[in-house]
Amino acid sequence: MSTEPTEREHVTEPTPQDRPAARSLAANAQAHAVEAPVGEQPTRVRPPVQVAGTVLPWWAPWGIVAGVAVLVAALLSISGFNLALWVVATVVVGGIAQYVVSRVVEGPRRATDRGVTYAVVAAFALALTPLVSLLYTVVSRGAARFDSTFFTWSMRGVIGEGGGAVHAIYGTLIITGCAAVISVPIGILAAIYLQEYGQGRLKRALTFFVDVMTGIPSIVAGLFAFALFSIFFGPGIRLGIMGAVALAVLMIPIVVRSTEEMLRIVPNSLREASYALGVPKWRTIVKVVLPTALGGIVTGVVLAIARIIGETAPLLITTGVVASVNTNPFDGRMQNLAVFAFSSYKSPGVPPEPSIDRAWTAALVLILIVMILNVGARFIYRRFGTEIR
Amino acid sequence: MTAIAPVKAKSVKATNLNLYYGNFLAVKDVNITIEPNKVTALIGSSGCGKSTFLRSINRMHELIPGAYAEGEILLDHTNVYAPDADPVQVRRQIGMVFQAPNPFPTMSIYDNVAAGLKLNAKKIKKSDLDAIVERSLRGANLWDEVKDRLGKPGMGLSGGQQQRLCIARATAVEPDVLLMDEPASALDPISTLAIEDLITELKKEYTIVIVTHNMQQASRSSDNTAFFNIEGTGKPGRLVEVDTTEKIFSNPSNKETEDYVSGRFG
Amino acid sequence: MSAADVDDLQSVVRGGPAKGGVGDRVFKGFATGAGGLILATLAGVAIFLLVKAWPAITASAEDLPNQESLVAYIWPLLFGTVVAATIAIVVAVPMAVAVALFISHIAPRRIAQPMSYLIDLLAAIPSVIYGLWGIAVLGPAAVPVLEWLSDNLGFIPLFEGPASSTGRTMLVAGVVLAVMILPIITAVTRSVFEQTPRRLQEGALALGATRWEMIRLTVLPFGKSAIISASMLGLGRALGETMAVAILLSVSGGISPNLIGSANPSTIASNIALDFPESSGLAVNALIASGLVLFALTLVVNMAARAVINRQVRI
Repeated sequence: MSTEPTEREHVTEPTPQDRPAARSLAANAQAHAVEAPVGEQPTRVRPPVQVAGTVLPWWAPWGIVAGVAVLVAALLSISGFNLALWVVATVVVGGIAQYVVSRVVEGPRRATDRGVTYAVVAAFALALTPLVSLLYTVVSRGAARFDSTFFTWSMRGVIGEGGGAVHAIYGTLIITGCAAVISVPIGILAAIYLQEYGQGRLKRALTFFVDVMTGIPSIVAGLFAFALFSIFFGPGIRLGIMGAVALAVLMIPIVVRSTEEMLRIVPNSLREASYALGVPKWRTIVKVVLPTALGGIVTGVVLAIARIIGETAPLLITTGVVASVNTNPFDGRMQNLAVFAFSSYKSPGVPPEPSIDRAWTAALVLILIVMILNVGARFIYRRFGTEIR
Repeated sequence: MTAIAPVKAKSVKATNLNLYYGNFLAVKDVNITIEPNKVTALIGSSGCGKSTFLRSINRMHELIPGAYAEGEILLDHTNVYAPDADPVQVRRQIGMVFQAPNPFPTMSIYDNVAAGLKLNAKKIKKSDLDAIVERSLRGANLWDEVKDRLGKPGMGLSGGQQQRLCIARATAVEPDVLLMDEPASALDPISTLAIEDLITELKKEYTIVIVTHNMQQASRSSDNTAFFNIEGTGKPGRLVEVDTTEKIFSNPSNKETEDYVSGRFG
Repeated sequence: MSAADVDDLQSVVRGGPAKGGVGDRVFKGFATGAGGLILATLAGVAIFLLVKAWPAITASAEDLPNQESLVAYIWPLLFGTVVAATIAIVVAVPMAVAVALFISHIAPRRIAQPMSYLIDLLAAIPSVIYGLWGIAVLGPAAVPVLEWLSDNLGFIPLFEGPASSTGRTMLVAGVVLAVMILPIITAVTRSVFEQTPRRLQEGALALGATRWEMIRLTVLPFGKSAIISASMLGLGRALGETMAVAILLSVSGGISPNLIGSANPSTIASNIALDFPESSGLAVNALIASGLVLFALTLVVNMAARAVINRQVRI
């Protein structure tokens, strides 16, 4: 049984050495069409075997792009050099040049193949550009206030310089923790239902709606929590636990899906072995199935936490904005780092710079947390994911 | 610790047993008496229902959604399909060893053997449990190989050792009957031989029913042999003949059996 | 060990009847209850939003914010939502398919896995940070492009101009959304591309197809419905995405085809996030009513996407 979901069937890509065979095949076919009149000749003479073809050397794509880069740089230096323009022009002209050269030397089919490959690689690089730019921006601008004050002070009574986000860090931990406490048991139990017990319409409905639930906009989850609590406590209510409920709505489907996936790869033979020992089903699930899937389940929970720990929108309308430390989720407003970053940026006060610096540092801390959780999740999976055949 | 004294095991008797997967009748009208402290081999071509019958003896058959059984199976004098029978309780009396070794991957060798007791939340003294584990591992001819690493994961053993570990796990709960579903088919020839020797010893204590595709195995290690066959695709499997192994392999009373054991068919 | 010992042990082993029945029923009850709770929650979202939106739905126009009817209030927001999401889809789908192909068929195997982690990282970054990045980096960087569009393609209403000097426009917001939804579209399409039967791919290659011809003949047709449903999942995300738009988009005025100006309609989600903390009374109900519209819209899109995808593969 394959356990690694990311393991993929790999089709060996044709190397340049195989591909000319394609052309000689085509040539074969053509030759046959011409020289094979029906039935007349008892022996047909096939054209000689031809494997070699005209192929660009392996370094040609890189060479062409490098050449174009130099050329474009030279042209640009006449009118004044511009880095962005140079990169864009090199990529575009390089692609066209490669296509043209390949078409002349190798023919249209190989040229199209090269052109598409080039475009796909360029698209991939383009997709990663925002990531690089974003990480660079957050690190460089967040570094200014990445100091001990940031982690020890709240914003209580702070105007202008100084101040910190300790209240938001507490808020992040408490709100996310409460959300996890609500979601993890519900999510895991529901996954157990789906994988071990469920059948018929309830199972199908639940599977479908858990999928649909993964697509609920986070702001709608926030409105739900607000509507739920305001019916009982009035419209002005803002509590940490409201935010936790909103985040739980977002987190539950993620936990269900990942847990279900992990339960699915526990081999049936283990369940059977346990049943054959006269162990009741529920003990089999608790003592055999869950421990076997534990590493994967924990990984899924950590990833789900990473997904909700940076949520902003639902908390804006459920936990509000606050400047001082509050550790009681059942009383009064709370704030997490993401809301802190947003409100610091959106309403910075005068002068704005200190507040905006704090916003970037909050963003940096948030990214660090998310990265640590993601790396940690993979580590847990590698280290504790039980080896299942 | 001395050799284990023989224990009188229980017999299994199936009467008018029909086994279904949903609407599909998979095995039809089985009547057989399996003698205590004997090894009974179930043979027959693929899809003839022998494994289905085996799994019906300890009610594993019904774990497949839609599968059910008609008729009765008596363990000595108790019907395991009686309306008030608890399949969980049945499986504690009738153990099973599977085709591929399936030790619990999260457990050590020791815990694997003790699994049947621990998972059932029995309160057992550590010294008693130690004794049961040692006795079961000795019974499975595995003790000398693993006694120094009982705390290591069961998955770390070789395939043949894993299968013997599974046998030890099944015997640790002291069942009356031991069902084996092609227990050696995933193993190399040397491990297979070890398992066969073990089976011959285990019948001192247990009634053993073994499904096998391997004719030599059936003739070497069983006392009685039951031949199952199927008339065609979509038709139910049925028990053709059951007799002593010697008779089945030398002078069967049924033509189908003779064709099968002489290799003219299947 | 003597026979007597064995008997002792046997009595230890056999003690007591199976207590599986009760435990099984309780445990199954909990599991089923958790499943039921999830369904109830989803129904609860719809019900509570409806209850809270009801006062705004039944109120007369002059009581509502800006003294306009609820439809007139929500309509420009819905327009903004759909426009931003459409831009995101138009930009993201081709990119995501290309990235998915890169990871599944073009990149050398050794680097394909790390590269897919990097793409997943895009999905891990909180949306508020995308907003900050958009307003601080992408917006200003986009200004020359917006000016060029307005100068050279100004005859198209979409690029009518005048170009915004801050870059806080619908087009840039759509591009940020595209970056945010790219990972999900990539993940879904990639996993289906990778399931293209090997025999089909090898069949094409054996006929002498180039790699691109093989992809065009086997992988893309095989993954077609996955691309469609992944795009719809992405659309659902883009429709509901809040913070990036709330921070980035400069909002004023109503419906306009101009994507590069400084007067843009807001989106439903960002309007709620920005106005909710300062609202009270019927204004809150009106915001919740707009949220109900968003919920219904994303629900339909997601259900459609799942219906398509479930026919092929569960993601």
